[in-house]
Amino acid sequence: MVEKGPVQIMDAATVGRTLTRIAHQILEKNKTTTGLALVGIQTRGVPMARRLAAAIREIEGRDVPVGVLDINLYRDDLSLIAEHPVLKKTEIPFKLNSKRIVLVDDVLFTGRTVRAALEGLIDLGRPRLIQLAVLVDRGHRELPIRPDYVGKNVPTSLRELVEVRFLETDGEDAVLIRPTPPEAPEAGGRAGMAGQGPERASGRHPEEADRVKQAREGPHDEEPTGRGGGGGAAW
Amino acid sequence: MNLRSPHLLGIEPLASEEITLILDTAESLAQISQREIKKVPTLRGRTVVNFFVEPSTRTRSSFEIAEKRLSADSLNFSPGASSLVKGETLADTARNLEAMAPDFIVIRHSEPGAPHMLARICRCSVINAGDGAHEHPTQALLDAYTIRQKKGRIAGLRVAIVGDILHSRVVRSNIFLLRKMGAEVVLSGPPTLIPQGIERLGVKVEGRIEAALEGVDVIMMLRVQLERQTRGYFPSLREYFRLYGLTAPRVRLARPDAIIMHPGPINRGVEIDSEVADGPWSVILEQVTNGVAVRMAVLYLLSGGAGGGAEEEIRNPEA
Repeated sequence: MVEKGPVQIMDAATVGRTLTRIAHQILEKNKTTTGLALVGIQTRGVPMARRLAAAIREIEGRDVPVGVLDINLYRDDLSLIAEHPVLKKTEIPFKLNSKRIVLVDDVLFTGRTVRAALEGLIDLGRPRLIQLAVLVDRGHRELPIRPDYVGKNVPTSLRELVEVRFLETDGEDAVLIRPTPPEAPEAGGRAGMAGQGPERASGRHPEEADRVKQAREGPHDEEPTGRGGGGGAAW
Repeated sequence: MNLRSPHLLGIEPLASEEITLILDTAESLAQISQREIKKVPTLRGRTVVNFFVEPSTRTRSSFEIAEKRLSADSLNFSPGASSLVKGETLADTARNLEAMAPDFIVIRHSEPGAPHMLARICRCSVINAGDGAHEHPTQALLDAYTIRQKKGRIAGLRVAIVGDILHSRVVRSNIFLLRKMGAEVVLSGPPTLIPQGIERLGVKVEGRIEAALEGVDVIMMLRVQLERQTRGYFPSLREYFRLYGLTAPRVRLARPDAIIMHPGPINRGVEIDSEVADGPWSVILEQVTNGVAVRMAVLYLLSGGAGGGAEEEIRNPEA
């Protein structure tokens, strides 16, 4: 099989302009920053939420609070995966009650991450409404979930991986599409998903594959991208 | 990263990275206990048997709260200790518990090694909640969590542990943990209550409490197990307090920012003065709070091993 390299679909300038546009759309739709708050889903929803908050400050001169949500405790596949994802912090430094919350994530895929995030948010309080902002919508929803703000719609095949890179987490702003590595055919992908693939022994699995939206992608850790267990891409 | 073993039988077999993973996970879970809805659905549908053969209130309650906050179903099984002292009987009990298909057994037992035996027999995860004078891993982990929370690190700290070293599982687990994480450990207590050759674990022993406390960052006091006194390990409680009790003047020998810990329950006026136990150095109640987070972390991390490959096939409809 011929291995295709990653294809860049957004560069730094495009990511920047897109985030500014989403910030405008958030303001347009909500009309005011009063009662508005952003909540970024760990990991890459967090820098994205902070960027949106900065853009809103530019435009409106008002600060909107930003919270951080880790969805791992609310995943629907915890009883299925052999290796548990590393838990990160949930820090919502404001009361959710009667707030307008914009939930922020980098990639929207199956919708399971967002479902988990909704459950997690509602355990923390009762927002007046929750909207969803994503940088990339790659399709293949498994749940009735629809984003309110989309940076870019990217039709993908299930065998592709969408990788969002932010300056804060990855040293650059970019969005890439990668083909599934050829050495990981379907059967291998399944084994990886069951946590029995080679990535289990390597100990690098959880951070990446924890994203529910990545779950069907297979053992991306086999990719020689050189990212350590801590950082890495959203799929 | 996951823990290598599906069981938590002691600190001794853990690598320092595993200890760090447990403490980091506990830090993420701690916020659940502070919010309005103190519950997450993570262990929904999992069953935990709290099998306590030795009396315990605080450890069991702490485990129970941890289980409930993670939405596990838990059941307390506390038979009289007398019917279970023989290994054979324990094996039978274990098989009976196993037959109820729990996902976890949390065991407190007076016999060292009882959790290990259970782990060999049962398919579920076994968590040692104290076995005889051997280990009490979750206590050491919550102590480490508290130290890290207060001091920002464990490596390089000096820790004094004072009291009945001989009968204490808390000490053994703490020595293993603190040494693995790079802290210095000094022990002190009545000579009759310090086991021969304990220095082999990489700790110093000081006969006088004053020498042990000199310049330390952390003081860990152990409970005087009052029943020991009648067996002649030391002449009287009053003398114990005079020689080894933690008083304010003795605390001042430690670093000014030293913290005082105690696994509880405390005997005021025996191993610790009230003034000290209630004083600004004391983190004794924070230890109790942290115990819940640490036990949640252990349950969360151990529950990862339970998934089955067969279910995976069902969930993977893309082909």
